[in-house]
Formats: sequence, C-alpha cells, structure tokens
Amino acid sequence: MSELSDLYQEVILEHNKNPRNFREITDADRTADGNNPLCGDALRVYVSMEEDKVADVAFKGSGCAISKASASMMTQMVKGKTREEAEVLFDEFQRMVTGNLDIEQEENHLGKLKIFAGVLEFPARVKCASLSWHTLYAALNNETEISTE
Amino acid sequence: MKTAVKEMSNWNIEKIRADFPVLSQTVNGKPLVYLDNAASSQVPQVVIDRGAKYLREEHSNIHRGVHYLSQNATTAYEAAREKVKRFINAREAKECIFVRGCTEGVNLVAYSYGRKFVNEGDEILISAMEHHANIIPWQVLAEEKGAKLRVIPINERGELIIEEYENLLNERTKIVAVSHVSNSLGTVNPVKEMIATAHKFGVPVLVDAAQSVPHFPVDVQDLDADFYVFSGHKMFAPTGSGVLYGKKEWLDKMPPYQTGGGMIRTVTFEKTTYAGLPEKFEAGTPAIAANIGLGAAIDYLNSIDFAAAARYEHELLEYATEKLSAIEGVKLIGTAREKASVLSFTIENVHPHDIGTILDQSGIAIRAGHHCAQPVMQFFQVPATARASFAFYNTKEEVDVLADSIQKVIDVFA
Repeated sequence: MSELSDLYQEVILEHNKNPRNFREITDADRTADGNNPLCGDALRVYVSMEEDKVADVAFKGSGCAISKASASMMTQMVKGKTREEAEVLFDEFQRMVTGNLDIEQEENHLGKLKIFAGVLEFPARVKCASLSWHTLYAALNNETEISTE
Repeated sequence: MKTAVKEMSNWNIEKIRADFPVLSQTVNGKPLVYLDNAASSQVPQVVIDRGAKYLREEHSNIHRGVHYLSQNATTAYEAAREKVKRFINAREAKECIFVRGCTEGVNLVAYSYGRKFVNEGDEILISAMEHHANIIPWQVLAEEKGAKLRVIPINERGELIIEEYENLLNERTKIVAVSHVSNSLGTVNPVKEMIATAHKFGVPVLVDAAQSVPHFPVDVQDLDADFYVFSGHKMFAPTGSGVLYGKKEWLDKMPPYQTGGGMIRTVTFEKTTYAGLPEKFEAGTPAIAANIGLGAAIDYLNSIDFAAAARYEHELLEYATEKLSAIEGVKLIGTAREKASVLSFTIENVHPHDIGTILDQSGIAIRAGHHCAQPVMQFFQVPATARASFAFYNTKEEVDVLADSIQKVIDVFA
C-alpha cells in the first residue's frame, strides 16, 4: 500500500500554496488551454519564446494541489530551456507518471520533478500531474487547447 | 460521547449491514466507509443471489421461446415489472418501461415525446439544479426543433424559486423536467405542487427520480407525475436496470424510441406495426438479469420497512450536517430546508480531488467533482465539491470517521 505522504509531499503542498509563475503573460507568443473534463481542472499556459528558447513561461487556472504544484514546478524547470529540451522533459515526465520510465535506472533529466513519481500509485490522479505538461506541449506546438479525457 | 443530536431511531443497523457483503471489506487497511451512494448504492446478498439464480438456472431470452427456460425467464422479468408497479404505485405494470438507467429514460422521453409534441417556438422548462442527464437531452431537442430551453432559478440555499417557476409556465411550455432530489445539493423539490401547477397549463411533467426512489417511499399517482424516471444501481440493484414510468395516455401517443426486435406486432418491407405497452419501448434484448435484480431489490426494501429506513437515514444526514458544519473551514453547498441523503461540501483552500484522495486513504469513499451538474457549480462559484451521500446502512460512527478525516485533510493543507 502506498502512503499518502508519497503523494502529498511537503514540496508539493508548498507549491500548491505558493505557486510559482502563477500569472498571465499578456504579450505571450503562445498560449494553450488545458482541461480535464472529468474533474474540471482548467489551466492556461503562457509561453514567450526568444528564438528557440523558452524565455518566459507562466500559468493561470484552477485545479487540485497536484495539478497546481506540477504546473508550478514545470514552469521553473522549463524556463530558459530550448523547445527541444522542454519536449524531452515532457516525454520523460509523461513516461514517469505512466510507469514507462524507471527514474532510478534509466537516464533522465527530471531532477526535482521526480517527486511526482508517487502519483503512479494513484491512477485517478495521473492526469492531474500531467495536465500542465500536455498544455505546455500544445503551446509549444502552436495548438491552442488540449483535453485529457 | 454526548452530542446535541437526539438518539437515532430504533434501527437494527448490524443486521442491515450484514445484508450487504461489500461493506465488510477493508480499503487501504481501513474498514470501508462507503459514502458514495448517490453515485451507486451497494447491493444486498438477496439481490446478488437472485441475479446468480437467473444466470445459473433461467438464463435465456424473454418473450421469445416456448421452451422451459425462456418461460421462466419471462415470468421472472414480468414479475419484476409488477414489483416496480407496486413499489411506486403505478396504475398498471405496462406503464413501467425497463430502461438502462435514468439517462436512457430521460432520453427516451426527450426523443419520443419531444419529437412528437415539441415544435418551433415552444418552451421546455428545466431547473438550475438538474443533472446533465436532465439538461442535455432537452438542449439537443430544443436545438433541433427551434424550441427554447428555460430554466427555473435557485436561491443560495439551493432551493427552487417557486414564484419564478410559476412565472415561467405559459401556453408555449410543452414539458417540465425537474429532479425530485438534487444529486449535487440534496434538495428535495416540491414536485407534487409543481406538477399540479404545470397541469393547470396542461403541461406534463417528467421527474428525474434517480435520487428520490432510493431514499423514501414514492407514489407516482399521488404525485400525479406524467413521467417518473430512475436507475436501479442507485437503489440497491445492479447497473443496467432502470425504469421509466409514464402515464399510459402519454406513452400510447408516443412513437417508439428504439426500433428492432421485440417491439413489433407485424413486419413487412412495406410497413411495420408496433407492439403495445410496454414492449413498444423495449426494443432488443433488455438487461434481464439486472432488472430481475431490481425486482429483488424492491422485495428487499419491502422486507426491511423502507419508511423506517428513510427516517433513520434522514437522522444520519442531520447528524452529519451538524458534525461537518462544526468544522472550521468546511462549507456546506446546498442548505435547503428539505434535503435527502446528500452532503456536498468544500474545504477552504483544498481542492475536492485532494479531499477525495486523502479520504480514500482512510477507506472513505466519497465523490469529488462537478457531479454532472456543472451549472450548479457555476451558480455556487466553485469548480467542484466533495460529496458524501448516505444510505440506510451507514452509521453515526462512519460519520465520525468522515469528520475526523476531514480534520486531517485540513491539517495536511494547513
């Protein structure tokens, strides 16, 4: 049995309380809306690019602690990365929370995002953790909305 | 522990709980506290046994065969219909159409009644507290026909504003569709009075009874409901069972919903004539085992003194309301004066999904989300709520576990 503390770790609770980059970017190059119609989580991700780099990234919206903390930590992580690097992180994150990446054995760049590995034990919450990443991926690819159903 | 709530009614809770095998299991190492009855209620052993007996000894298609098994299955299936009739006090068993659940029942009426009787410029009247199942079929119909969907508003307690309802009724209104009990707020609506008012305008009323039939005895003739729709899986029967009660005078005038086997009188390539009630609305092989199970669930409810069960359950709701209201940071959503079974709440600065996950770790099953009632969430300006919903097999001790665990949630997020 997995312990609740695996999911609601201090770092996640702290990011939920004080989400980073929780703001609009009024002149963002790209924005995308992410919705989870099952639970009603809804967020918008803003991206400003400078050439191939994510110069600024932010988010607004409402959601549970997991989705908020995940979005918050995502913005910290991808800021300053190239689009390609951001997409590698998206892929690794997605594989981690769906059980297709062994974060201890396989090479990855997830760093402190590994904290979300615990969500694997809570299948109903996997989409909460990955919503912001899907939305970022959509924005980077000039799509304007995604829905995780 | 002394509480302000009076002693619970005399109700043999241990005996009742023993009737429901699922309740004795542990979840995440804790005794299961099942408080998601408004989504699906649990099934007593007698219903499980009846379904198993059908599958073991009677399984065959109904209304078709002249052979032994088919005759037994048909007899059991029609006996279940007769039980439904008596349970809701319909005039005739053939006014009770078996459907897959409440959703299918509403769709049937919206499709069949709607396509025959609703025209351009007409109005369909629903309420602001409806489940999506009692919104979208009417919205689609209105769009198709160029009719208008109008909505009875609610107040901040989550009660219908009855004066507004009376103002909304007019000669263009073709049907009123309203829930008996709100699935997201627990409000019990005064449907008997509302039906009487609609009838003054000659308007038939469909009652979404998904949350009423499992919680207190109903009499469709006393209510004078034109259509009364409910699901079996919320009333201690298997999924796939359900009933659309309709007055014969309406059902006779309505065209079939689905067509195919079982609902015909004669078929040629030129023309088909349809069977009478109830077969006209039961195309294809129905959920035989599930509906026989529904009959067994009704037998069960009759065997336990359902009226006493309703009283006990209501006291439990009052106890839970008092307990949760006393927790700082908890806000109840839906504080109508007349309520049944449902306790929707939010916790300051904690999203309902986080509440749901943390309670699950304590073995407590609640629902977190919009409860298929997004307009209700919009009205109360919340993205979602957590919802505990009770049945007569729940206990005060379980309410105490719920309250303690809610306090834990608050502590985790403090």
